[in-house]
Amino acid sequence: MGIIQIAALGLLTAAFIIFLKETRPEMAVILSLALGILIFLSLLTYISDILRALEELTLKADVNIVYLNTLLRIMGIAYIAEFSAQICRDAGEGATASKIEFAGKVFILVLALPLIMVVLETIMGLIP
Amino acid sequence: METINIDILFKIAGIGIFISVLNIVLKQADKEEQAQMLTLVGVVIVLLMVIQLISQLFNSIRTIFNIY
Repeated sequence: MGIIQIAALGLLTAAFIIFLKETRPEMAVILSLALGILIFLSLLTYISDILRALEELTLKADVNIVYLNTLLRIMGIAYIAEFSAQICRDAGEGATASKIEFAGKVFILVLALPLIMVVLETIMGLIP
Repeated sequence: METINIDILFKIAGIGIFISVLNIVLKQADKEEQAQMLTLVGVVIVLLMVIQLISQLFNSIRTIFNIY
């Protein structure tokens, strides 16, 4: 799908969501969830193209591929956490959304910890 | 990769509108508990449709971003 189709789909679904919000709020939430998923799925090919280009660049620059993998994993976790938290917040569940975001932060920190350790060890090696 | 199916959006919107209309009718006919059941069934049906989408989304994110 191009940008025109996605924009049109979004406007159309927004009209449906506004209509449903008054009578069936739960359907409105599910509808917006489905819209978000469909838009992401239609962007999937482009995202994977970008990521492949990044990977090639990393290989060319002779940087360890582990760093890029960690980065990608962090991006994925951030996206999933943000997506679900936004849906929860839309549904009026701010507390649940905050908890999901907290879990995402913890997982990101766990993934970033080895890199932080490497940086710290390098700094320690520099100090005589 | 399979093509994206937009029909599901219209299906969900249609089911939502249909159920709200039926709900009004049942409420007018003094069938409160059946209206409640209808709402529940509608939510379950829509959720079953969306759950496949959710699993598709999470699987593709997992493969793209190398999360195991």
